[in-house]
Amino acid sequence: MSEYKVPTMAEKAASGDAPEVLFWVGCAGSFDDRYKAVTLAFVKILNQVGVNFAVLGPEEACTGDPARRAGNEFLFQMQAVANIQVLNGYDVKKVVTACPHCFNTIKNEYPALGGKYEVIHHSEFLQQLIDAGKIVMKGGGEFKGKKITFHDSCFLGRANNVYEAPRAVIQALDVELVEMKRCRTKGLCCGAGGAQMFKEPEPGKKDINIERTEEALATGAKAIAVGCPFCLTMMSDGVKNKEKEHEVQVYDLAELIAKDQGL
Amino acid sequence: MSILPQIAFLLIFAIAGWILYKRVSYLRRNILLGKAESRNDQPEKRWKTMGLVALGQQKMFKRIGPAFLHLLIYVAFIIINLEVLEFVIDGLSGSHRIFAPFLGASYSVAMNIFEFLAIAVLVSCVAFLIRRNITRVPRLTMRELSGWPALDANLILIIEIVLMLAILSMNAADQILADRGVGYYLPVSGLFFSGLLRPLFEGLGDGALVFVERFAWWFHIVGILAFAIYVTYSKHLHIFLAFPNTWYTNLKPKGEMKNMDEVTNEVKMMLGMPTESSTEPPAEIARFGAKDVNDLSWVNIMNAYACTECGRCTAECPANITGKKLSPRKIMMDVRDRAEEVGKSLDAGGPGLEDGKSLLGDYTTKEEINACTSCNACVEACPVNIDPLAIILQMRRYVAMEESGTPAQWNAMFQNMETSFSPWKFAPTDRFNWADKLKE
Repeated sequence: MSEYKVPTMAEKAASGDAPEVLFWVGCAGSFDDRYKAVTLAFVKILNQVGVNFAVLGPEEACTGDPARRAGNEFLFQMQAVANIQVLNGYDVKKVVTACPHCFNTIKNEYPALGGKYEVIHHSEFLQQLIDAGKIVMKGGGEFKGKKITFHDSCFLGRANNVYEAPRAVIQALDVELVEMKRCRTKGLCCGAGGAQMFKEPEPGKKDINIERTEEALATGAKAIAVGCPFCLTMMSDGVKNKEKEHEVQVYDLAELIAKDQGL
Repeated sequence: MSILPQIAFLLIFAIAGWILYKRVSYLRRNILLGKAESRNDQPEKRWKTMGLVALGQQKMFKRIGPAFLHLLIYVAFIIINLEVLEFVIDGLSGSHRIFAPFLGASYSVAMNIFEFLAIAVLVSCVAFLIRRNITRVPRLTMRELSGWPALDANLILIIEIVLMLAILSMNAADQILADRGVGYYLPVSGLFFSGLLRPLFEGLGDGALVFVERFAWWFHIVGILAFAIYVTYSKHLHIFLAFPNTWYTNLKPKGEMKNMDEVTNEVKMMLGMPTESSTEPPAEIARFGAKDVNDLSWVNIMNAYACTECGRCTAECPANITGKKLSPRKIMMDVRDRAEEVGKSLDAGGPGLEDGKSLLGDYTTKEEINACTSCNACVEACPVNIDPLAIILQMRRYVAMEESGTPAQWNAMFQNMETSFSPWKFAPTDRFNWADKLKE
């Protein structure tokens, strides 16, 4: 039996416990082989800190974001209304998620359909835990003193004005944060937003993730930090395309913290 | 003294006013082809946004060079219009420099400021012409600008240069005449910039000078009136529309897509949930999403008329940067051009919207809208808070819900979501398997 626990809302409800926060895992966090590692890293951090959390487990479904952005409002609302029924059924008050697309949809778009929750992105949650002294950085990890660049997710940054929390998390590590030329409000998309993740790009002279990866590599960073499953995929593919996967790693913020903590 | 010039002036002024009134009504009607949308909440925030973004040029200063040159023209436009007030009074009353006796020494200070601004406009416009035609800044020379948009941009710059030259020539001739003690001309001491032009005119006789001065005066005031009318046919409309456009900015988080309430009722019925309007007959749903300009909101169409085609949106668009056909600026131009086509047709008693054409298809293609990553870079980049993304997403809704015409890979994604509640084809029962690793 492992030391880490992942209670579901159903289990919590059965035992009469109301968790402080629901961890919304998302489809990438549940199914994508690479991104499952991020889910595990975040769960380990939550366990270590002793946060009273739960997940929906098999009761979770896609928020509907890619369907809505691809134009299918019916499908989006079918997903959203069903999810809201589940969330409201458990009387969920606070949601944390590692996916900026889930974050944006639940935070901004579910209220119009009757789902009103306090929603925060895991970068903000991690920043809060660091600020509160609940995560104390060990600072001796593999990136100590090395350059890390942060790639802004559009749905976190421009869409919701979260620019500083992920940077605060990186800076809490003993690393050198270097910025790409296009960052914060001017950050360049990885190419996956607006349901682009689920189809081939239109004809052009270059793929967007290659353009962005070139910019990230130009900083000389040893790691590219991201806060979004789609960005993680796109940037990892870009680094592989440039044959730099042995020199430059792409990590989610939760993974960087988990590594520092030896989790 | 003949009253003829005053009558001519009044007539010109009245005609220009009437044409302007017709043009403004026409534009208003075109904008209101769009659907009603209420954006009057949070007035304090709206006034503040307008103050910072339109009046204060806040977002222009992301690019400091052009912002500075643009600021000079903008300040000159506002301040030189004070001088136009004097022109109008002089023109109507037959007076000459009516403010001069009242203002005394400060009149020549004011005139020097106007002249300085005229020079600043001249220099800025020349710099802008160089950027467009010689150094050819990429965002100002893209494909969608060929033809009228490029000519329009150059014409505006040339008109502004000529108008400024007229002011300076007028002052130079005026002061030579004043020094010679001719007629009603008043000496205004120390006009520096027009003083530099005096050698050009010193050799002329009194009659020729009066002609130059009067010609420049009429040219300037008629030119300004003509320019005001021209603006209503031009991308330069942003000088007025930037203000309402920023006032009606979307104040919600940029990531939020507007909920389609007409869909919500249907979804709730399908899921067997109580609907809010079950007793009311279903509202008339014209069309899901946007195929043509009348499916958009009036704010979207106002956005299109407020666009001055600077291309900052397109320069930041990840799809455009990597060679895709999508250009957010072209989306805005398409909306305006289609609204113009419909408006002109309606005025000519034509079929208007029923001409067999539409925004999507005849102006904007699916290839363009499909390339959008909804990253909001265009929205962020726009100096007057235009929102091309809202228009793109409404067209996508039309394609998905009315035509079922989305790309095959998106249709597959829809199917996965319908059957397994994930955009990827995984069994919903496996959703929690990631946690097995922790249980080992």
